[in-house]
Amino acid sequence: MAETGEGGLSIHPMDQFIVKPLFGDGPVGMFTITNATLWLALAVVSVLLLMVMTTRRRAIVPGRGQSVAELAYGFVHKMVEDVAGKDGLKYFPYIMTLFLFIVCANFLGLLPMSFTTTSHIAVTAILALGVFFTVTVLGFVKNGASFLGLFWVASAPLPLRPVLAIIELISYFVRPVSHSIRLAGNIMAGHAVLKVFAGFAAVGAVAPIAIFGMVGVYALEVLVAFIQAYVFTILTCVYLKDALHPHH
Amino acid sequence: MATETVAGEVEVGMPQLDFSTYPNQIFWLVVALVAVYYILSRIALPRIGSVLAERQGTITNDIAAAEELKLKSVEAEKTYQKALADARAEANKIVEAAKADIQADLDVAIAKADAEIAVKAAESEKAIGQIRAGALESIEAVAKDTAEAIVVAFGGGADKSAIDGAVLDRLKG
Repeated sequence: MAETGEGGLSIHPMDQFIVKPLFGDGPVGMFTITNATLWLALAVVSVLLLMVMTTRRRAIVPGRGQSVAELAYGFVHKMVEDVAGKDGLKYFPYIMTLFLFIVCANFLGLLPMSFTTTSHIAVTAILALGVFFTVTVLGFVKNGASFLGLFWVASAPLPLRPVLAIIELISYFVRPVSHSIRLAGNIMAGHAVLKVFAGFAAVGAVAPIAIFGMVGVYALEVLVAFIQAYVFTILTCVYLKDALHPHH
Repeated sequence: MATETVAGEVEVGMPQLDFSTYPNQIFWLVVALVAVYYILSRIALPRIGSVLAERQGTITNDIAAAEELKLKSVEAEKTYQKALADARAEANKIVEAAKADIQADLDVAIAKADAEIAVKAAESEKAIGQIRAGALESIEAVAKDTAEAIVVAFGGGADKSAIDGAVLDRLKG
C-alpha cells in the first residue's frame, strides 16, 4: 500500500478498509458481493470449522480441536453465568454468537491482505444496537415499568436521585455508541498503524525499525483482537444483567 | 491519516464513513450473524453441551465406581485381618494344648522317676545301714577282744563282762 512516487513517500493506511465489489467495478449496492461479504462469509466458515467440524466425533476425551471448541464454550458460558446470573444462560447462544463472530472476524482481519469487517463502524454499530435494543426490550418485558428503577438509584439520598437519574439515562443511551466505537476504533487504529509501519518499511534507512515496529504492533494486535471480543462480550453480559435485574 | 491524492475513483478519508457502503455491509452482516446463530444454536452448542454433560456423567460414574472398589478393598482387608487374627488365635490354642500335653507327660515321667529314685534311695539307705551296723559290730568285737587282750597282757584277770561294759561305754562316749 506504499508507493514512493515522484513526490516522495505516500502511504494510504485507510485503503485497506475500502469496501469494493469482488467482481467487476460497479457501485456497491445492498446485495453486491463485496470484499466485506467474502470476509464475513469466511468468519462464518471459521465458526463452522471451530465449533462444528472439531466436535464431529463427540469424543469423551477431546482432541485438540474439540478442546478449543469446549474451551470457548466454557469460557463464554461461565462469563454469562457469572455476570448475568443463572437466568442469563437462556441468552447464552446469542452471546456466544457475538463472541465467536467478533473473535473470528478480528483474527481473520490479522491475515495479511485481508479485509477486517469489525473495523467498520457499520458492522459494530449493528452489533451494538442489536444488543442495546434486545436488552432494552428484554428489560421492559421481564420487569415492566420497574425496569425504569435502573435509572432511579434508590440507595442515593433523595435530592441527588433526579440528578443521578439524568446521568444514568445519558449513560444508558451512550452505551451503544461506546460499545460499537470501542471495537471498531481499536481494530481500525491497530490496522492503520500496521499499514503506516509497512509503508515506512519501504524506505531503506528506517526499514529495520519499521519492521520491528510492525512485529511489535502485530503482537499487540493479536492481543487486542481477543481482548476487544472479550470486552464486547462481557459488556453485553453486563447489559443483560441490568435488563434481568435492574435494581442496583 | 493520509488525505493526499488517492489513485483512481477511491474517495479520500475514512472508508468507515462512506455511507454508501452501509446497506451492503449491514445486509451481509445480518446474513452472517443469522448463519452463525443457527450454526451455534442448532448444532454446535447442543452438541458441545451434551458432550460436556456426558463427560461429567462419565467422570461421576467412574469416581463412584472407584469409591465402591475402595470400600470393597477396605472390606477385603478387614476380612483378611480377621482371618489372620483367627489363624493366630488358633495357632496359639494349638501351642497351648501341645504345651499342656507335654507338661502332663513330663509330670508323669518326673513322678515316675521320682518314685524310682525314692525306691532306689531307700534300698541304698538300707544297704548302707546294714553295712554300718556290720561295721559297728565288728568294731565292738575287735575293741572288746583288744581290751581283753590288753588287760590279760597287763596281767589282770579281769571279768570279761566288766571289760565289755567298759568298752561299750567308751565307744558310746
